[in-house]
Amino acid sequence: MSRLGELLDKGDELIITGEAPVIDGGTLKDYEAKLAELAPWCDAMNATDNTAAHAHASNVAMAIAMQRVGVEPILQVVCRDKNRIAQQADIMGVALHGVENICCLTGDDVTAGDEPEARRVFDLDGPQLVRLANSLKEGRYLSGRKIDPAPSLVIGAVENPATHPLDYRAQRAAKKILAGARFLQLQICYHPERLEAFVAALHANGFTDKCAILPTVVAVKGPGPLRFMDSSVPGISVPVETIARVADADDSAEEAYQLVLEQCQHALALPGVRGLHLTDFRKDGSISRLCADLGIRPRSERESRANDFALAN
Amino acid sequence: MKIIAAIEHVIKKPIWDCQMCGQCVLHDTGMTCPMTCPKTLRNGPCGGVREDGHCEVKPEMRCVWVKAEDRSRNMPLLPTVWREHFNNLRPPVDNRLKGDSSWKNAISGRDKETPPGWTPVAEAPEAEAKA
Ligand code: SF4
Repeated sequence: MSRLGELLDKGDELIITGEAPVIDGGTLKDYEAKLAELAPWCDAMNATDNTAAHAHASNVAMAIAMQRVGVEPILQVVCRDKNRIAQQADIMGVALHGVENICCLTGDDVTAGDEPEARRVFDLDGPQLVRLANSLKEGRYLSGRKIDPAPSLVIGAVENPATHPLDYRAQRAAKKILAGARFLQLQICYHPERLEAFVAALHANGFTDKCAILPTVVAVKGPGPLRFMDSSVPGISVPVETIARVADADDSAEEAYQLVLEQCQHALALPGVRGLHLTDFRKDGSISRLCADLGIRPRSERESRANDFALAN
Repeated sequence: MKIIAAIEHVIKKPIWDCQMCGQCVLHDTGMTCPMTCPKTLRNGPCGGVREDGHCEVKPEMRCVWVKAEDRSRNMPLLPTVWREHFNNLRPPVDNRLKGDSSWKNAISGRDKETPPGWTPVAEAPEAEAKA
């Protein structure tokens, strides 16, 4: 089983996932170099599916590439570009290569990308895709046609705790958990009180025992990316005070680092949060500093310590 | 049968901007048609809703699901069971039914048919029979 699957079964250890950078050209070597900074800290990394509706090397190709360079992939599958037949084919295709982790998303609209004239698909929606992946795991295509042996899949989903309708977001997350999601990567949230309320609602109803909640934190270097996310990324709003805090600081890069550190600490302290999903926009070695400041050790050390512990018992 | 679809369209188009998907779920979604969501989502709002509650795709329009969620809680005279169905997991759209009368399909039960792989093994009728 995948390391992510094992960690989910264990139910207590920290889980760190990461957003793998996309690649638009080059070789496997180039891709490996791109992964190098974040990969050592992550239990698994997302092979994204045409993020923000921009075409890149495909989710399937990147997941297989990761597998080949020794990084555990999470195949991200969105509903924007492909219908249910193609989505099933992609999941079964990567399973053939030993990829087990699947993260199901509705996905940004085509209008968020650089080819807004494209046809949008959305044959399924996010919660339906979770149920579909669960069917494959049970050994059947949606049609009922048997899959023997059934692929061993570790299914997850996403949710945005920070946008409207705020009171409903936890229920929508619960719908995905009931459909089979065992981990939930949350959209980056710049409203700590919204994240708290969202996680608390899931925790109070026992959903955090069934599903690992992984809030996203984006390592930014200055006010630019905060402004960009606020104005241009659907579903993300960044309070003016937060942008001002970074923009007005003598050392914006350092202030941005402190903001990210605080976000991680805040998220990890919430009952029901199992770990973090890391996205690195800084690419300046800050992830190592961040993990050190948070007391998070590299994956290899966490893994071997857990093994030692298991042997000792 | 085309005549029923025509009557349905004439009534439901002006009130709900009905898209004639042939498998109506209006009662479960606060009498708000999910097929008017640009992504045609059947299971709640996407993560792209704007800070003002408007749609990611059409900034001038209030998100269909923000409206639906609000109405499903606050609309007067909506039966409690319909309110309770709001968060149900609705199955994928059967694209063959597009343009068909949902009234006809509701009476025949055709709109409730799902592909065999949709129902989890544990909940399938055969599993219940065995249990
Ligand atoms: S914002 Fe609302 S209406 Fe717009 S695509 Fe998302 S769910 Fe649909």
